Amino acid sequence: MFLLEIPIRLIRLILQSVRLAAGQIWANKVRSILTTLGIIIGVASVTAVIAALSGLKAKIMSDIETFGTNRIFIWPDRPDSGKYKNVSWDVIRFKIEQIEGLLDNCPSVSYLTPFDDRNETIRYKERSIEGITLCGIESAWHSIESRPVIIGRPFSTIDQTQGRMVCLLSSRLRDKLRMDRDCTGQLVTLGYQTYRVLGIVEEKPSGSMFGGNRGSEFEAFIPFKTMYRQSGGWLWFVVMAASKSPEVSDEAKAELTFFLRQKRNIIPGEPDTFRVMTVESEVRKFKEIAALFTAVASGIVGISLLVGGIGIMNIMLVSVSERTREIGLRKAVGAKSSAILTQFLVEAVVLCCIGGLVGLGLGQLLTMSIAKIPNANLDKAYIPVWAMVMSLGFSAMVGIFFGMFPAVKAARLDPIEALRHE
Amino acid sequence: MSTAPVIISLSNVHRVYKVGTETINALDGVDLEIGKNEYVAIMGQSGSGKSTLMNLLGCLDRATGGTYELEGLFTTEMSNSELAMVRNEKIGFVFQSFELLPRQSALENVELPLVYSRHVIWKRKELAKKALERVGLAERMDHRPNQLSGGEKQRVAIARALINNPSILLADEPTGNLDSKTSKEILALFQRLHDEGQTIIMVTHESDVACHARRIIRMLDGKIVSDVPTEEDSAYVWKQGGQRL
Repeated sequence: MFLLEIPIRLIRLILQSVRLAAGQIWANKVRSILTTLGIIIGVASVTAVIAALSGLKAKIMSDIETFGTNRIFIWPDRPDSGKYKNVSWDVIRFKIEQIEGLLDNCPSVSYLTPFDDRNETIRYKERSIEGITLCGIESAWHSIESRPVIIGRPFSTIDQTQGRMVCLLSSRLRDKLRMDRDCTGQLVTLGYQTYRVLGIVEEKPSGSMFGGNRGSEFEAFIPFKTMYRQSGGWLWFVVMAASKSPEVSDEAKAELTFFLRQKRNIIPGEPDTFRVMTVESEVRKFKEIAALFTAVASGIVGISLLVGGIGIMNIMLVSVSERTREIGLRKAVGAKSSAILTQFLVEAVVLCCIGGLVGLGLGQLLTMSIAKIPNANLDKAYIPVWAMVMSLGFSAMVGIFFGMFPAVKAARLDPIEALRHE
Repeated sequence: MSTAPVIISLSNVHRVYKVGTETINALDGVDLEIGKNEYVAIMGQSGSGKSTLMNLLGCLDRATGGTYELEGLFTTEMSNSELAMVRNEKIGFVFQSFELLPRQSALENVELPLVYSRHVIWKRKELAKKALERVGLAERMDHRPNQLSGGEKQRVAIARALINNPSILLADEPTGNLDSKTSKEILALFQRLHDEGQTIIMVTHESDVACHARRIIRMLDGKIVSDVPTEEDSAYVWKQGGQRL
């Protein structure tokens, strides 16, 4: 019974104080809102920033899931320093023989394809579409991009090595040309050459951030060798690859770098004349940046909560001096110092928590409106639960911290003096 | 003085204030006994120590010397929070300027002492209603102080003082802010409470208010100079040369 009495009395004291505080805040509505504005704005802005970051992260992560973190891009690049700084672009560009045998020498790399694309005009019967994207690929591309051939067949080894005049179409392009669903064997004209359609490639996932916005929405594919031959060997192309798993992407990068340096006869000690980018490392970089942003945002909210807290302290001091007689009376009718302390502390905390809640509501509105910004990739913006709990927790802590001084001041008032106060 | 049990007993009480290097003897050796159901008026000019005595009797202040026993409790040795509990349970204050909380209804104002007592929430309203009925204000319990007249405000304050059935009702110039007609009403209410058995101690500087009490204590320079039943008080006044003190 004795053990229970203390917590029950404490809870009762707090409940009473909350009721009193709510009444007091309601009685001074305008003042209370103005006072908590600092906290409202602080919480609203930080939750919106965190929501945007969380949304961006969720978006990128879901993109990566469909697209795989084991992807690797390799492209020729003139270094900023060293012997190759001023060599011509023709020296820098990849030659097709430089990537021959690459797969055999790089055990961590599972797929590899040279890749180039250009804008082209496609004709089928009397219909033509300008500005479609024509890609030169090898069949490994389907595995790397996770976009298989859904009707017909991919390029065979013979198609690729002989550079035959065959092509694949994306399903949207087929529909736009109003071809049959299974249009294999039909002839289309790309530029000035005629190709036989081998099959249909699955459409790229919609709304993807990576590679999605590049080029036209209509795609046609021909064997890389065909494209290379048409250019007379003067083709600037890149290489797409996939490591066996995301975990070995660093090894894959090292192997690729080693292999290409050898093939391109780069003198040891000179910088690379190409770049290898693994998606895995980009994701890692992004996560680091997101964490940094979150930390900076938290720091900013810390400052605005500090400013808000000073406002709270100020208004609580005003409240204490305004209500000196009330405090005197309460003490005279039997309020202990602890009850007065609790009353004012709870009032500050309730004030801050209301500010925090309003701020969260405002943050939610902000989040909903930034989610509607077109092309900002923020449509998945949301306030994570930890951010809500943290904002309210911080608000309450600000209330306790900045409410303590005024509350102690109130609790220490001498009842006789307080009742005499004018 | 009377056969009723003694509830207040002061012996050789001193209250010394230090203002800078000066010391002021606000109470200078006060001995006083007040029995149950007495109706006492404390009179004196300002600076005579009557307010200090009042604060002391109300446990708002502590004596610097001597002992004060309230219903067998030695308040001199109590901590601040124990004193708060004594004030809550044993003392009802009535102030000159009513001291009602402006934003709360009459009923909520009367409930205030219960907030700090052990009474459970659902009993508070009932008790407050009863107290308001006792002072004849049951029909105005939802009014706020600014909707009440001065006399009604003071009656709300009296109801608040009575709600915990205090041992003593301490009134500090209860009619100081009221006109003569309302003063009479309040004094009649005190009379009725006294008849019901309430112990009342009233501080005033007006003789025509004090004469309603049964016993008049006069103070001067921190000392009790006269402590007689009301009928005999005029003798003191006469002795002082007819001055109204």
